[in-house]
Amino acid sequence: MTRLAWIRLAIVFAAFAVLEWLVQSGRISTHTMIPPTAMVTELWALLASGELTGDLVQTLSNVAIACLLSVTVGFATGAGVHAVPRLRRALDPFLTTYYAVPFFVFYPLLVFIFGMNNLPMIAIGFMFAVVAMIINTLNGLDKIPRVYAKVARMHQMGRLATALRVQIPAAMPNLFTGLKLSVAYSFIGVIAAEFILAPGGLGYAISFAYDNFDNETMYALMLFILVLVTAINMTLHSIEQRLLRRQGL
Amino acid sequence: MAGEIHARLSGVTRVYPAVAGNPPVHALGPIDLELRRGEFFSIVGPSGCGKSTCMDVLAGLSPPSEGEVAFEGKPVKGNVPDGVGAVFQEDASFPWLTVSDNVAFGLRRQGVDGAEIAKRVAYALGFMGLRDFAQAYPAQLSGGMRQRVCIARTLVLQPRLILLDEPFGALDAQTRLLMGDELLRLWRETGATVLLITHALDEATMLSDRIGAMSARPGRFLETIETGWPRDRDSSMLEGETFGHITGRLWQMLRAESKAAMGYGSEPGQADREAG
Ligand SMILES: Nc1ncnc2c1ncn2[C@@H]1O[C@H](COP(=O)(O)OP(=O)(O)O)[C@@H](O)[C@H]1O
Ligand SMILES: [Mg+2]
Repeated sequence: MTRLAWIRLAIVFAAFAVLEWLVQSGRISTHTMIPPTAMVTELWALLASGELTGDLVQTLSNVAIACLLSVTVGFATGAGVHAVPRLRRALDPFLTTYYAVPFFVFYPLLVFIFGMNNLPMIAIGFMFAVVAMIINTLNGLDKIPRVYAKVARMHQMGRLATALRVQIPAAMPNLFTGLKLSVAYSFIGVIAAEFILAPGGLGYAISFAYDNFDNETMYALMLFILVLVTAINMTLHSIEQRLLRRQGL
Repeated sequence: MAGEIHARLSGVTRVYPAVAGNPPVHALGPIDLELRRGEFFSIVGPSGCGKSTCMDVLAGLSPPSEGEVAFEGKPVKGNVPDGVGAVFQEDASFPWLTVSDNVAFGLRRQGVDGAEIAKRVAYALGFMGLRDFAQAYPAQLSGGMRQRVCIARTLVLQPRLILLDEPFGALDAQTRLLMGDELLRLWRETGATVLLITHALDEATMLSDRIGAMSARPGRFLETIETGWPRDRDSSMLEGETFGHITGRLWQMLRAESKAAMGYGSEPGQADREAG
């Protein structure tokens, strides 16, 4: 681990230690917050009991589906739109203002359309993530130097070979950024939707615990989501950095 | 064999069609060009006069608006013919591949077997002085070295016609002369026909059998000069008297054209009339 990584870890630990002290010394009431050590033990108990497995599987599979859909549909849409400059110019304002729309307001509508099952949550996760992938696909394709197309033609490469061997690798740093954001946004979309209304999942479990004044479970689950999402994102981030650094970006 | 025509442009013009409100651009011609098999031909001319366009047309990357292109006796129509290699003015090394994978790129496309690829790549890397950088990524190299990666990538395919568009533009004058010597060695060893585009008159004079001087846009050949160098030559030519004569003659022709290209008011083609 690098020096910087140690420092980061030390900061996280220090924050936990301070929180622990604040709660243990009674400066924060245990009705509001439980000490971090209690969160960890509670989480451990939850995981060991298998109580959490159902919610975890549901959330993760919804996130995975939303993410997979948004990456493939986003890439295909981005590539298609990129190929038609006129369409691109027409869509640009929609793409840039997309994230200003609070589309969680459509969630009840989605439940109405799809019913009380996993589809509305997948749909929200997808809606949240897909445009990040489209935008990053467009950025990546925009940045490919024109001369690469000439090189491809000098090597007698057709459209497919050019796409696979030149265009996609050339756009990879941006495509990967799109993937990274899609993962994060799918998580946000799915868990937020579970919070609002869902038959299960981690978001639902947290909101259920909250409604039942079950602080231990609520904080344990929050900690769990935080650790899970941070771990996934840090892994993706480090791969992204390696890709970028290799290409001197 | 001597004098056999290897590639030919006859009555070629290139007009870039109008796009998005910009008027069409008449970039090149009409020009005629006959490259003899195995010769080293350079094109010099002011920037923006259509040199790169000329190379694209010859390579089959860009269709001529008028006229005919032929390589080894066959017409070139919309496709890059086998046996033509090109190094472009812009950096075209692939940043996601190591130097050695960059150089192997074309051989892998052709399905050459692994051992043969390794052998040819090692040779090309050695030839271009990149042996120590085989596992480096282009981002770790200087602009001049990246251009050498591109030359190596073209070289391994053993093209019979090598097109080079200002490959040493990013280098300082001294390094350029040394790279010129390398280029001569490459040319002698491969027996390929070389078309070099450059804006450096000394470079053109030192390297070429013949030099075509191009007018300001739309580029046309003002004159083609034979240098009469022996095949076995190097940068020591610079010391001779002939070198100065030829470079001086080129400059005389191109002075007015370069001014015109820079917008100093001289009419393109004026140098042509002065010279004639
Ligand atoms: N794809 C293109 N579309 C429109 N104009 C172009 C295009 N490529 C080059 N040109 C124009 O054609 C002229 C010749 O360009 P180029 O062949 O690159 O010149 P050179 O290589 O001699 O500097 C320039 O005026 C340039 O702006
Ligand atoms: Mg040029």
